[in-house]
Amino acid sequence: MKTRAAITAIIAVLIFAAGYAALFIAPDEATMHEIQRVFYFHIALWTGMYTAIGLAFVGNVAWLITRQARWDWLGVSSVEVAVMCCTGGLITGVLWGKPAWGIWWTWDARLTTCFILWMLYISYLVLRGLIDEPQRRATLSAIFGIFAFLDAPLVYAANRLWRTQHPAPVLFGGPDSGLAPMILWVMLFCMAAIVCATLLVLTDRYRLERMRHELEELRFAVDLRAHQPANFATKESQ
Amino acid sequence: MTAARATATILGKELRLEFRARELLTITVVFALVIVVLFSFAFDPTAGESRRYGPGLLWIAFLFAGSLMLNPSFAREQSNQTLDALRMAPISPFAILAGKMLANLIFLAIAEIILVPVFAVLYNISLAGVVGRLALVLLLGTVGLVVTGTVFSAVASHARMRELLLPLLLLPLLAPLLTAAVEATAALFAEQPALDRAWLAFLAGFDIVFLTAAWLLSDYLLEE
Repeated sequence: MKTRAAITAIIAVLIFAAGYAALFIAPDEATMHEIQRVFYFHIALWTGMYTAIGLAFVGNVAWLITRQARWDWLGVSSVEVAVMCCTGGLITGVLWGKPAWGIWWTWDARLTTCFILWMLYISYLVLRGLIDEPQRRATLSAIFGIFAFLDAPLVYAANRLWRTQHPAPVLFGGPDSGLAPMILWVMLFCMAAIVCATLLVLTDRYRLERMRHELEELRFAVDLRAHQPANFATKESQ
Repeated sequence: MTAARATATILGKELRLEFRARELLTITVVFALVIVVLFSFAFDPTAGESRRYGPGLLWIAFLFAGSLMLNPSFAREQSNQTLDALRMAPISPFAILAGKMLANLIFLAIAEIILVPVFAVLYNISLAGVVGRLALVLLLGTVGLVVTGTVFSAVASHARMRELLLPLLLLPLLAPLLTAAVEATAALFAEQPALDRAWLAFLAGFDIVFLTAAWLLSDYLLEE
């Protein structure tokens, strides 16, 4: 428990340091100036989201193969955290879009992919809420999660074929792309901080799910015990 | 029983059930027709505009109608408690799924065969010369819709509020299919009709990806 508190404190410090670095240490960007600073968190949130989505996929597949409840816990925790990161990413993106592009939103490949993923993973959470039986809930939501994961590259490809307005990747993009070293370092630091925070929230959510599961089992056991004496009594009286 | 025989048996059962009652097809066709008609009230399109928006409208009508009509596919088994009987049969779960997919494909294809000419008349779009190519686009798009829709019908059948849940699960997933199908149809409705091979390949890819996923996951989907 103490180590956990220490890790939480360290990550909190990291997040504040990332905020400070993004706002004050990173140099002014040549064309976009101050508004570009939202990128440090915007891109970091997407990194967090894709990490969580990857973990959700692992959880979904592993549940179907192994049937160990912990993979289902991983699945649901990851999806919830992914939805959270995605919401943050969409909001920071919209805030940046208005001053930079002059529009809040456009149906570009990356934006659309994230938006559709956001809707699909919200549907995943809705679906879970509507199935009562734990085993069945885990299996059916895992199947839906796998379908949603497969859909992501297709949404991206469809919009890539259709039209695109989002800035081309600047990291590892092409010969003309690249960043000033200081911007790159701050960016990587922010990414690391957000991914750590994502994983922290994810493990907390995972523990919550495990406790819920244990509670459900305890309730079931109590119910069973409460009903048993009655059954014996009727048998004896016969 | 071979997988093909089993699939054919399930298909036969679904078709017999539907052609005795004829509930599903009537509702699907009328519902899609209502969408098409309401759209013309909402936008009052000119000939040029219908050429532009028509394909989108047509596919929206198919998607909405499909997300309604695919629901009973498994919900009916669930409420009659016949799914257990199906599962007990010595056939592979994918045969059950494939039989239902084929049946739904036939129902939706019939609905489309009725709807497309009505749509062409109402929106002044000439289909002469593109019927064969349009049929190919419709087929590829409908296969994608039916494959994902039938799987999600099975997923939703175990949930509360399943009638509302199916469109919620299905429609966002079909976003790329909608883009591809609409673009491919628009290329056929243009002044110089052309078959857009890139979008056709995309539709075929969509179908293959999700058909493979359905095949791989069918054991889990239909387990007790």
